Amino acid sequence: MADTKEMKKALFGPIIDSNPIALHVLGICSALAITTKLETALVMSLALTTVVAFSNLFISLIRNQIPSSVRIIIQMTIIASLVIVVDQVLKAYSYEISKQLSVFVGLIITNCIVMGRAEAYAMKSPPLMSFLDGIGNGLGYSFVLIVIGTVKELFGFGTILGFEILPLVQNGGWYTGNGLLILPFSSFILIGLMIWGIRTFRPEQVEPKE
Amino acid sequence: MSAKKETLGKTVGIVVAVCLVCSIVVSGAAVGLRSLQATNAALDKKTNILNAAGLLDQASNQDEIASLYDARVEEKFVELATGEYVEKPSEDFDMYKAAKIGEFNVPVEKSNVGFKQRSSIASVYHIKNEAGEVSRIILPVHGSGLWDLMYGFLAVDNDGHTIRELIYYQHKETPGLGAEVTNPAWQAKWDGKQLYKDGEVAISVDKNVGNDNQYAVDALSGATLTSNGVENTLVYWAGENGYETYLKNQSWKS
Repeated sequence: MADTKEMKKALFGPIIDSNPIALHVLGICSALAITTKLETALVMSLALTTVVAFSNLFISLIRNQIPSSVRIIIQMTIIASLVIVVDQVLKAYSYEISKQLSVFVGLIITNCIVMGRAEAYAMKSPPLMSFLDGIGNGLGYSFVLIVIGTVKELFGFGTILGFEILPLVQNGGWYTGNGLLILPFSSFILIGLMIWGIRTFRPEQVEPKE
Repeated sequence: MSAKKETLGKTVGIVVAVCLVCSIVVSGAAVGLRSLQATNAALDKKTNILNAAGLLDQASNQDEIASLYDARVEEKFVELATGEYVEKPSEDFDMYKAAKIGEFNVPVEKSNVGFKQRSSIASVYHIKNEAGEVSRIILPVHGSGLWDLMYGFLAVDNDGHTIRELIYYQHKETPGLGAEVTNPAWQAKWDGKQLYKDGEVAISVDKNVGNDNQYAVDALSGATLTSNGVENTLVYWAGENGYETYLKNQSWKS
């Protein structure tokens, strides 16, 4: 059985030490698209964490029954079902945000983190550990999204979660929003800077030169 | 992976079992949450109509929005060619879906509004004041922006030519540039503008208009194509193919 130390590692390790975005460079596509505002980034983080955690749990539960020839298809089926459920719940309980996230919730299906964890971890590990690993990786993803979302919303719109921090010129203030930060590709630069920062403090993450 | 679980029968069995369970979960969620989702979508539309009516600040929660809508808003159906009111064509009539149905389909020609067909019948909304008289008419309008069609509500005074509000509720314009169509500061500029000058459609979106011009609104800086889209949308819908006949008949007064 897994002891507490191992569980802690599965849960908190992926936040900095083995962050899915910063170290494995997975799940970049959605991190680019939905971080323009912090609120959407938060909901997306929550949705993805739920999906990774439960897909890991269910796949781990039936891992000994899954025939290896069709395992990817079975993983996809489970992940896709979970994503549809999450999408339906969002539409029912948080209509405004689901309108903003629109297609990106559906695209969690193709998020590399979910498939990556299912294939690399849940297929070999017991259910509880897989569940924690899913939450851990969800948190790692959330951490990056929240940092990027905060920077982009603050300097792009002058707001945090819709509250005005830097009054914009359009609304009679002094701050001119940085148009570059509003566009999705600026996340590339920010994520790049973040990876640089993390690897400066954790040199062991730097890949050896080939 | 042991060899024995690779038999064809077992593989098929597992696949079928997984699919069955997943489909039950998915359809369960879809059916179970449908009524809630429909309520949300309806509430969203009501909120936008009340916003265009200038009544939204009187309601603070969902129940108040619903009751205020019931008390002050009346949905009507107008045949655009004649400008006359008609009966509700069908129980779930939607003017945007109807555009594609043969019975209502009207092709859109010689216009750069951005869509190729529209419905012959449009939904309009009467806003009544406390005394029950029609104070505003809300007209659904749509037309292409930079990236996609933009859907909105145009609120016109009961004189049939003075704009009160232009509220966009669905668009895909660039945040910070074209998406400023939803900025309250820009929306406020529409109040009091005139759709027609000497009986011709005169409304436009131009650069450096200033507040004195009754027939034009300042374009959004950095969003020329979105601004052009807004102008094209209004010119089309205020024109003879849109609500012009209806607005000139002023059927709501009788």
